[in-house]
Amino acid sequence: MSDTERRRGKVGYLLLLPAVLWLGLFFVVPFYSLLATSLFDQSGSDFRGYEMDYAFGNYVDVLRDYWQPLVRSLLYGAIATAICLVLGYVLAYAIAFKAGRWKNLMLVLVIAPFFTSFLIRTLSWKLILSDDGFIVNVLQAVHLLGDDGRLLATPVAVVAGLTYNFLPFMVLPLFASIDKIDHRLIEASGDLYAHPVVGFFKVTWPLSLPGVVSGTLLTFIPAVGDYINAQLLGSTNQRVIGSVIESQFTDANNYPVAAALSMVLMALIVVMVLVYVRRAGTEELL
Amino acid sequence: MTSEEPARRSTFSRRGMLKGGGAVAFAGVSLAALKLPLFEVAGAAQDPLGCRAADLSATQRSFVISNWTGYIDPRKKPGSTMSEFEQQTGISVDYTVDVNDNSEFYAKVKNQLGSCAPIDRDMIVLTDWMAARMIGLGGIQPLDKSAVPNLEANLLDSLRDKQWDPGLDYHAPWQSGLTGIAYNAAKTGEVRSFEELISRADLKGKITLLSEMRDTMGFMLKVVGADPRRFTEDQWHDALDRLAQAVGDGQLRKFSGNDYLQDLSAGNILACEAWSGDVIQAQYDDPNIKFVTPEEGLSLWSDNMMIPNQATHQANAEKWIDYYYDPEVAARLANYVNYICPVQGAREAMETVNPDLVDNPLIFPDEETLAQTFDFMPLDDRQQAQYEKEWSDVTAG
Repeated sequence: MSDTERRRGKVGYLLLLPAVLWLGLFFVVPFYSLLATSLFDQSGSDFRGYEMDYAFGNYVDVLRDYWQPLVRSLLYGAIATAICLVLGYVLAYAIAFKAGRWKNLMLVLVIAPFFTSFLIRTLSWKLILSDDGFIVNVLQAVHLLGDDGRLLATPVAVVAGLTYNFLPFMVLPLFASIDKIDHRLIEASGDLYAHPVVGFFKVTWPLSLPGVVSGTLLTFIPAVGDYINAQLLGSTNQRVIGSVIESQFTDANNYPVAAALSMVLMALIVVMVLVYVRRAGTEELL
Repeated sequence: MTSEEPARRSTFSRRGMLKGGGAVAFAGVSLAALKLPLFEVAGAAQDPLGCRAADLSATQRSFVISNWTGYIDPRKKPGSTMSEFEQQTGISVDYTVDVNDNSEFYAKVKNQLGSCAPIDRDMIVLTDWMAARMIGLGGIQPLDKSAVPNLEANLLDSLRDKQWDPGLDYHAPWQSGLTGIAYNAAKTGEVRSFEELISRADLKGKITLLSEMRDTMGFMLKVVGADPRRFTEDQWHDALDRLAQAVGDGQLRKFSGNDYLQDLSAGNILACEAWSGDVIQAQYDDPNIKFVTPEEGLSLWSDNMMIPNQATHQANAEKWIDYYYDPEVAARLANYVNYICPVQGAREAMETVNPDLVDNPLIFPDEETLAQTFDFMPLDDRQQAQYEKEWSDVTAG
């Protein structure tokens, strides 16, 4: 008994080996390289090299100089995720419960935008939201926007772009959860005289929580780090942390600052996700 | 029940062991990472003479060039400048268009150049400031002057006295361009100066400036009365403050890369800082887009051919430079790419190639225009890092 168990244990470790090697090579090593870079002396340069200085002050510097884009990124990511959740839930619910024989077609349509490049899709939003375009003209006609008002180069355009680009990441996990819900449970709530709205919140919503959790994570994490939407649809006042990291790395060649910012962003996201997952109690859900 | 319990305990302890082991490995690797020389970054500066490769040109009749897109006439077509070069010299050209951005390209090849390793290219084409940086880094091989007589004879005078390579030892301009102002004549009146662009009330929120630091700051330095070729740190800060003021006033819609023309045609912006070659191409679609020489002058820049360290076909690459500095070849190239032709005599040759373009001031600018051009002082790596950081802090709002 204990012999076979021991043997089984060895097999288990062997099976773990590829994953451990993979993670070691492509996660642990780059991660430590990043961590080390974030502690280099900032006065170094490409020409003269960088020295390890345990410069924890780099972190103070980046938080002081760049807290605004950092907060902005988290805010845009959170708003876009919330909108995605509302839109995505309705869509996933409709596809799972109401689409009937159109179900597969509608799922394909959700993924269809991925057939074109991310950049092209984002750039086409510039046409849709342009100052002389249909949407702006209509909004001006009903006085929701002033005559000089615009959507492009405002936070509205950035959040709209994020919402559009990450919606499929929300819809697919939601659909997977909602589709599995046993209809008879919802019928049972009706038989017990629950109003459909009460039935939704007591039965459908709790059963779809795994989809909600994975959908929000899949949307929020990339949305916070995304800078293409802010760069193409926003103005200088909508700079997000991703663009700051990019310009510090490629233009200013200030690798310690770029690395420290990346570490801060990563830490913030990990903490937020941990809190969120604890709250939502995903251990049992997933 | 009894058979389940020990099993459960054993999984638990295995998981615990994994966790413990993981933590130890984590700590160990982290200490190692912080100490290991692997993660210290050594200086990348090199001596180009110590990084020369043996020239295989005589036996291998080929060479590799990395250039920007849309910068040459259709290469494979019979009668194109490149196919004629291949016929004349018997050298086959491996022409790749993998330069999209100076900084990105630098990041891509920096590590190899910095450790004296080959980058598998015999010629690269980069803009002035990045060329200056590459040469400063010691990553570029000096040209053999006797192999490129046309360069010395035919380069435009206004492109000659670059502070970072006054003797033309390391670079040869491929194409040049002007940075000035473009506006949409259907929607607004002429914009005569950069000062006007960043202060005129009817343009508020309807202009863009370029996100390349040197393009925009060159003009800002002019606006505050400094010389972009020779300015002090105080003048730099004056210029940057003036820009910050325009940003704070909401005068700018954004800093743009190369997507400003779309906004200009669509009417999202009325005027912008623009590159001449882009404007010519936009004028084919929309004649209302006009290019003006601002009162402050024009910034003149080039993308430059250079031979990187460890290139193995330098002589073949030099043949290419010499070939494209022939006025007739240069005229045929200019007829297609519409940037400023850096070769003297190409204008006369253009009479037979395409008479329509002979008088185009954005391909063959006159002496008066060239006299008003300026370029940007070369920055050492410390200034580069400081100025780029301060610049990006302003453009970040």
